[in-house]
Amino acid sequence: MIRPGKMLKQVLESVFKKPATTEYPLVKARMPDNFRGKIVFHPERCIGCRLCMKDCPSGAIEIRKVGEKKFECEIDLGKCIYCAQCVDSCLKKALEATREFELAVLDRKKLKVTYNAETGEVSKG
Amino acid sequence: MHKVVIPIGPQHPALKEPESFSVTLSGEKIMKFSARLGYNHRGIEKACEERTYIQDVYLTERICGICSHSHSTCFVQAVEEIAGADIPKRALYIRTLVGELERIHSHLLWLGVAGHEVGFDTLLMYTWRDREVVMDILAMLTGNRVNYGINTIGGVRRDVTAEQGKAILKAMDTLEERTNYYIQIATKETTLIQRLSGVGLLSNKDALKLGAVGPTARASGVDRDVRRDDPYAAYAEVKFKVITDNHNDVYGRTLVRVGELLETYKIIRQIIKKMPEGPLTVKVPRKIPAGEAVSRYEAPRGEDMHYVKSNGTEKPDRVKVRAPTLANIQTVAKMLEDRQLADLPIVIAAIDPCFSCTDRLTGIRHAGKRSKSVLKWEELHAYSIRHYREHGIDFAELNKKMRKALK
Amino acid sequence: MLSIFYILIFPGFLFLSAFGLAAQFVDRKLCARLQNRVGPPWFQPLADFIKLSAKEDIIPEEANPSMFKLMPVLAITAAITAIFYIPLWSVNPIYAFSGDLIVVLYLLTIPTLTFFLGGWYSTSLYSRIGAVRALTQLFAYEVPLLMSILAPALLADTWSLKEMSLFYSAHPFFWLFNILGFAISMIALLGKLEKVPFDIPEAETEIVGGTFTEYSGRLLALFRLGIDIEQIVGAALLAAVYLPFGLGLGPVAGFLLFVLKVLTIVCMLSILRTIFARLRIDQMISFCWKCLAPLAFIQLFIDLVLKGFIVR
Repeated sequence: MIRPGKMLKQVLESVFKKPATTEYPLVKARMPDNFRGKIVFHPERCIGCRLCMKDCPSGAIEIRKVGEKKFECEIDLGKCIYCAQCVDSCLKKALEATREFELAVLDRKKLKVTYNAETGEVSKG
Repeated sequence: MHKVVIPIGPQHPALKEPESFSVTLSGEKIMKFSARLGYNHRGIEKACEERTYIQDVYLTERICGICSHSHSTCFVQAVEEIAGADIPKRALYIRTLVGELERIHSHLLWLGVAGHEVGFDTLLMYTWRDREVVMDILAMLTGNRVNYGINTIGGVRRDVTAEQGKAILKAMDTLEERTNYYIQIATKETTLIQRLSGVGLLSNKDALKLGAVGPTARASGVDRDVRRDDPYAAYAEVKFKVITDNHNDVYGRTLVRVGELLETYKIIRQIIKKMPEGPLTVKVPRKIPAGEAVSRYEAPRGEDMHYVKSNGTEKPDRVKVRAPTLANIQTVAKMLEDRQLADLPIVIAAIDPCFSCTDRLTGIRHAGKRSKSVLKWEELHAYSIRHYREHGIDFAELNKKMRKALK
Repeated sequence: MLSIFYILIFPGFLFLSAFGLAAQFVDRKLCARLQNRVGPPWFQPLADFIKLSAKEDIIPEEANPSMFKLMPVLAITAAITAIFYIPLWSVNPIYAFSGDLIVVLYLLTIPTLTFFLGGWYSTSLYSRIGAVRALTQLFAYEVPLLMSILAPALLADTWSLKEMSLFYSAHPFFWLFNILGFAISMIALLGKLEKVPFDIPEAETEIVGGTFTEYSGRLLALFRLGIDIEQIVGAALLAAVYLPFGLGLGPVAGFLLFVLKVLTIVCMLSILRTIFARLRIDQMISFCWKCLAPLAFIQLFIDLVLKGFIVR
C-alpha cells in the first residue's frame, strides 16, 4: 500500500522532541578525546631528527635549531591538514594533537605558530 | 518546438560539486545531454609522484571527501602488494570496519541528497541527522569526521577498544531501526515514488555495455561486488549478501542503497565479534622496491581502482586513479533520454557522483579553434607561465625567490 | 484620509507586511521544528528583508528594466488590494460590493502573473523556464480553487463575501459541510504560493531560482514580501470563506480570532510542505485535473443538494 504523507506521524512527533541541531557558536561543540586538531610542540622533548618535517604531507612544519640541543618549531596552521602523521613519526612524543579545532583567524599571519622553549607559543602578526 | 540549450553547472544548486553539463531542451523535454568533465582537475596523480609513499596516503585520502577511506585503502593496498608486506589480521579488520562505517555515512548522505533533489527536504534533514550517529562513531574511532587518516602503509594507526566496540554495536541498533523506517518511506510515500519510479532507466544490457559499477549497476541487475568477487581486507571472512534489484531506475538504486545499509550493519556486527587480537602494523621500508600493482576496492559508489608503479625510491613512479564516478558518468546520458528537465537533478544524483574524484585530466580547447590539443608536462608548465604573464602575474621573480629560499 | 490610513497602515501595507513577516517566521520555525531543527530566531524574516534591501539591485543587460522593476511592486499592490474586500473580524469588510468574491480571486491571480512577466522579462533561460512553469501551474490549480470557493458561495446564494459572512453567521454550523472544499483550497493555495510539493516554478535543484533567478536586492525583497502578503491574504480569504464563525465577537476578540485562524492555516500549509516531495509539472497538472477538480465537483454537488433540500 502506498500512501501520501507517510512521514506525517514522525514529523509531528518531532515538534515535541529536542531539536537535533544546536546553536553552534553559542553552544560549544565537544570533540572526542583522541581528536586530531591543532598540533602543539613540546620543545624540551625534541631531539631535532626532523622526521616530522620529512613526513608532513603539506610541508606545514619546520624545526629550527636555536641553541645547543635546543629546537623551536613553526607550524603553519593554514597548510596543516591535521592528519597527525608528525605525531606518529615523532620518536620522542614532542608533538601532540589537541582537541582544539576553532582555528579560524582574520589575519593569515596569525596562522603561523612558533613554539619556543623560552617564549612559549607565539603566533606572528 | 523552439530548442534551447541551458547550462547545468559548473555552478548550479543541483550539483554538490562543480562540473559542467549542457542540456538541449525542447520545452521541458531533454533532447540532448552532454557532460564536460575536467572543471575540477587538481593534478593529484602528478602530485603523488612528487611525494613520498607515506605522504601520498594522506593525499589520496583527499581525492574524495566522502569515500576518503576507500581511496586511501585502495592506494595502500597497491603499495603493500608491491612491497610484499603481510598485513596483520587486526589491521585488516579495522580497515574493513572503517570502510563499512564510511559506506553507512555515504549511503545515508546519498539518501538525503536524493530527497533534496526532488524537493523533499524533510528526508534530507532526517537522514543527515541520523548520519551524525555514524559520523560521531568515526570521529571517536579515528580522530576526525571526514578524513579518517586511519590507514598507514603496513597497517592502521589506531586501535579499536572494547568500549568503542560496544558503542558501535549500540549505534548499529539505532541505525538499523532508522534504516527500516527509511525503507518504509521510500516504498510508501507516494510523492517520492512518483519522482523516483521509472526515472533514469538503465537496462541491464546498457549497464554492462557502458560499464556501470556499484549500486548503479546493481540496480540494473548486474550482480557485481568487489567485496565478494575479489575479497580484500577482511571481507573473505564475513558473510553478507550482494543486494541487486531489477527496477533499473532511480527507485531501484534507492532500494539497493538502503538494502546495502542493512547488510553493512550485519558486516559490522560480525567484524566486532570476530576481531582478532594482534599488532596493528607491520614494518614496511620507506623505499618500496620496483614493481607495479593494481588494487580494487568497493567504494560506496562503486568499484574504485588504483594503479601504482614504483621505481625503488621513496616516491612512486606513477599513480593512476579510476574513481567509480568515471565509470558511471557515461550512463547518465543514456538515463536521460526522453526524460524531462525536472528529472535531471535526481538522475545525476542517483549515480552518487563525485566529480572531484573523477576529474583526472583537463582538455584544453582554444577559443575559436575546434581542435583539442594534448599538452606535455613541459608545455603545460610553459603555458601556465605564459598565461599568468598575460594576466599580469609574473612568476619569474617568484621562481628566483623560491630558488634562493630553497638554497 | 481614512482610505489612505486603510491602504498604507491598517489593514493595508504596514499591517500586512508585519503580519506577513510574522507568518513567515511561524512557517519557518514550525517547518524547522517539524524537521527536528532549532530554526531561525523571531527577527530572521525582518533581518533578511533589511539585508536584501541594502543590497545592490542588479538588472540583466537584456532585461526590460521598467517591467523588471514594476513586477514586484505590482505583486504587492494586488495582494494588498484584495484584503480590503475580505471580512476579517466582523461580517463587514472595508469595502464591499456584489461580486467582490470574484474580484478577490482575480486579484490573487495577479501575483502569479507578475511572477510570469517578471521571469519572462528577465530574459534568463532559467527565469523563462520558471515563468512558463508558473503559468502552466496557474491553469492547473486555479480551476479547482475557483470551483471549491464557488461552492460555499453557491450555498449562501451570493457573490459577495459580506453576504456570505452574514449567511454563515445566521446558519452557524453550515461551514462544516464545506470541509472538503477547504482541503482542496488548501492544496491549491500551496500551488499559488509555490510551496512544496508545488514549488515547481522555483525548483532550485532544477532551474536555480526559477522566476526569481535574476532578481536581487530590493526587488527580490519586495517579491518575497509580496509572497508573504499573498500568503496572509490567501489564508484570510480561506478563513472568511470556510471558517466563518465568531464574526460577532467585537473588534479585539474578533481580531485575535482572525489572527488565530490565519496562523492555523499558515501552520497547516507548513505541515503540508514538509511531508511531500516536489512533483513534476506533468504530475502536478494531472493531479489537479484528475483528483482536485472532481473533488471540487463533489463539493459543489454537496452544496447544491444542501441548497435544494435544507436551506430553501
